[in-house]
Amino acid sequence: MSCWETFTDYALRSIGIGAKLLPKTDFTICQQFTLIGSGLIWNVYFGALALLFGFFLANALALARIAHNPFIRKPAEWFVFVFRGSPLFIQFFLAYEMLVMLPRTGIEIFGLTLTSSWLTKAWAGALIVLFLNTAAYSAEIFYGALRSIPKGDLEAAEAYGITGFAKFRRIQWPTMLRLAWPSYTNEAIFLFQSTTLVFFSGFPALSQQGDALYYANYFADKTFNPFIPYPIVAFYFVLLTLAVIWLFGRINAHLNRHLPQNIRSRIRLRPQLIR
Amino acid sequence: MFAVCATPKAIEGLTWAMCYLTSGKHLDFYWSFVTVLLLLAITAPVAMALGFGGAMAARSQIAPLRWIGKAYTAMVRGVPDIVYFLFFVIALDQGIEYLNHLRVCEDLSQPVFRGLEFHVCAEAKVPPATASPFMFQAYSFGLAVITFAIVFGAFVANVIYGAMQAVPHAQLETAEAYGMSHGQVFRRVLVPQMWTYALPGLTNLWMILIKATPLLFLLSVKDIVYYARELGGTKTQAYDYPHADWRLYYFLGLLVFYLLMTKLSEIVLTRISNRLSKGQATAAGEAMRKAAI
Amino acid sequence: MKKLLLATALMALSAGFASADVVRLATEGAYPPFNFIDDKGEVAGFEREFGDEVCKRAALECTWTTNEWDSIIPNLQSGNYDVIIAGMSITDERSKVITFSDNYYPPAASAYLAASADADVKTGIVSAQVGTIQAAYVAESGATLLEFPTPDETVAAVRNGEAAAVFADKDYLRPFATESNGALVFVGEDISIGGGVGLGLRQSDTELKGKLDTAIKAMKADGSLNALIEKYFGPEGLKF
Repeated sequence: MSCWETFTDYALRSIGIGAKLLPKTDFTICQQFTLIGSGLIWNVYFGALALLFGFFLANALALARIAHNPFIRKPAEWFVFVFRGSPLFIQFFLAYEMLVMLPRTGIEIFGLTLTSSWLTKAWAGALIVLFLNTAAYSAEIFYGALRSIPKGDLEAAEAYGITGFAKFRRIQWPTMLRLAWPSYTNEAIFLFQSTTLVFFSGFPALSQQGDALYYANYFADKTFNPFIPYPIVAFYFVLLTLAVIWLFGRINAHLNRHLPQNIRSRIRLRPQLIR
Repeated sequence: MFAVCATPKAIEGLTWAMCYLTSGKHLDFYWSFVTVLLLLAITAPVAMALGFGGAMAARSQIAPLRWIGKAYTAMVRGVPDIVYFLFFVIALDQGIEYLNHLRVCEDLSQPVFRGLEFHVCAEAKVPPATASPFMFQAYSFGLAVITFAIVFGAFVANVIYGAMQAVPHAQLETAEAYGMSHGQVFRRVLVPQMWTYALPGLTNLWMILIKATPLLFLLSVKDIVYYARELGGTKTQAYDYPHADWRLYYFLGLLVFYLLMTKLSEIVLTRISNRLSKGQATAAGEAMRKAAI
Repeated sequence: MKKLLLATALMALSAGFASADVVRLATEGAYPPFNFIDDKGEVAGFEREFGDEVCKRAALECTWTTNEWDSIIPNLQSGNYDVIIAGMSITDERSKVITFSDNYYPPAASAYLAASADADVKTGIVSAQVGTIQAAYVAESGATLLEFPTPDETVAAVRNGEAAAVFADKDYLRPFATESNGALVFVGEDISIGGGVGLGLRQSDTELKGKLDTAIKAMKADGSLNALIEKYFGPEGLKF
């Protein structure tokens, strides 16, 4: 079987398109590259959507954390503490165990029956955990940035008669984003890396559709040689990380476009690996 | 442990719970918490040393040393550490035994790698096959410490490298103006001043290290996650204490443990941070100065 | 001083001699009644007793260790232990990289365990442990495979309704069925896959394989192996 045929069979295998069965004998490097790359689709899916949704929740949480009203502030503080204070590994496990406890038949609310069985599938359940997790981490970053906005900027805004929501929308929020962006980039990188835990600990793989690490595990299990598939995963993740850095760097340049060259903030990696 | 526990299937209620919670396996479970704390206590300083070395190498004037330092710090950037954990330990174990093989084995004519099999002579095995189970556990624990320390040392190197760059240049120049040599500036000014800049990053790393410990079971150390899974799983009548699927409760226990660890670390690290910020030319130091007036 | 040196040298030497006969056995410790960690924290089950007996007959000194199922073969090849004794079925793909002793448990039936007698095991969702021959079998059947890292979770998936049925060794599933008060039932016909359960060894360890095979043959011949099977698997257990 040529490498091109392998590619057409397995390039989309992780989302259920292509050959039904995984290769079983005579494993080639081509198969390993194709299938593990196919699994990367899931890592990108989880990472991108969790970041997108998490961004909005993180903003809300950061605002709640600087609120004076303790009924708004305390819940946000607890949410951030629980999700930042415990390992993602355990969050996945607990989330899955709790989701399977939901009634099979669905939940009745106001006469409407909401089905719940889709929640236990990785595409939904794991996404929710990652979304809440990244929201907590990002909220902490945004909260720190909100607190470090130069006092002078806010005073200048008020001097120009910009107050209330207009002040927030035009001064505080853009400045917060600009200050937080380098750290937020790191958060994005490590969120993508932690997507490898989805099928590894918490959620079962359905029809042998899994992420990059799932297929690497499959090959390590079948070829009994861990020294080929895992470095392939590493290779793919280096590429993914470079793509994230490039994309976030573009946004960073956009956020800093009004500033003189020498004081623009540069993206530096601050580790936040496994949570 | 207790006399009543000799017939576990005949007892019930509180006695059952007491016997269950003090069974040999549960005692192992409680010990595994000590294992995790011990790993943290050993890994942190080793990773600090490695990271410090890495940062120094990355700043070195000697090009090859600088490349090694930079490569080391770049190593962990793009790759999820779980990937390292999955094959690094076997590689490390084989590496150690290979070196030992070259050192102690008399017959070096046989190839060490035969297909997928890895062969060293019996004397080169680490630990030797006759060693007690405790030695084997200690060895895999040691390997886990080294693996964690290498991965986290790379992160520490990143942080310390950044912190060394962040020390205000004026301070270093002042020291040179007083006639200090390169080494003296490094020892007396750069390193002591660096800590205040490195602390936020190191704090973050410590929190990450705590939260990385559930992956210990990948390194064949029987950690708290291994026991929580093992104890919580459904137990049929083949066991002394049959019960239904209790994994949820065990994992909730682990959640509480990790949250407590985090809270405790936060309290301690805030104190250290306050001490280090005293009199520093940073925003935090400035805030403390103002508060004192 | 000289005496001390001599003593150390002697000790090292004797340790070297002894090590030639120490065989390290590795098991998973999560697959009752084949192997499990009992409440004292020790390896127990059919394979524990069988392994100790084989070692005694072959005059080998054996020590036990546990290893994750995922990495149990790579660690054997890496020399971290000498024998896998973990309910491992003899298959062609495994035989390519390791060698198996004579089987000590006959080609066992695998079965579907479901929450209801009319569960759809042909096209529905069937759970299995990742990396087992049963998982490969389900993937090839028309059913949708749901994979879990541990055998325990595969049964839990049937209980909570995630999967219509679990497919595993019948001997592993039987206690769950009998102790569930009818909540879990076997569905469909038993299916025989694999070539029985054997000890896994490195392909180069032919001498060790010979010793173990002799001991297993002897245990088969005098009926002691059948007695052990009866003890752990009950009257339904397959005999030689």
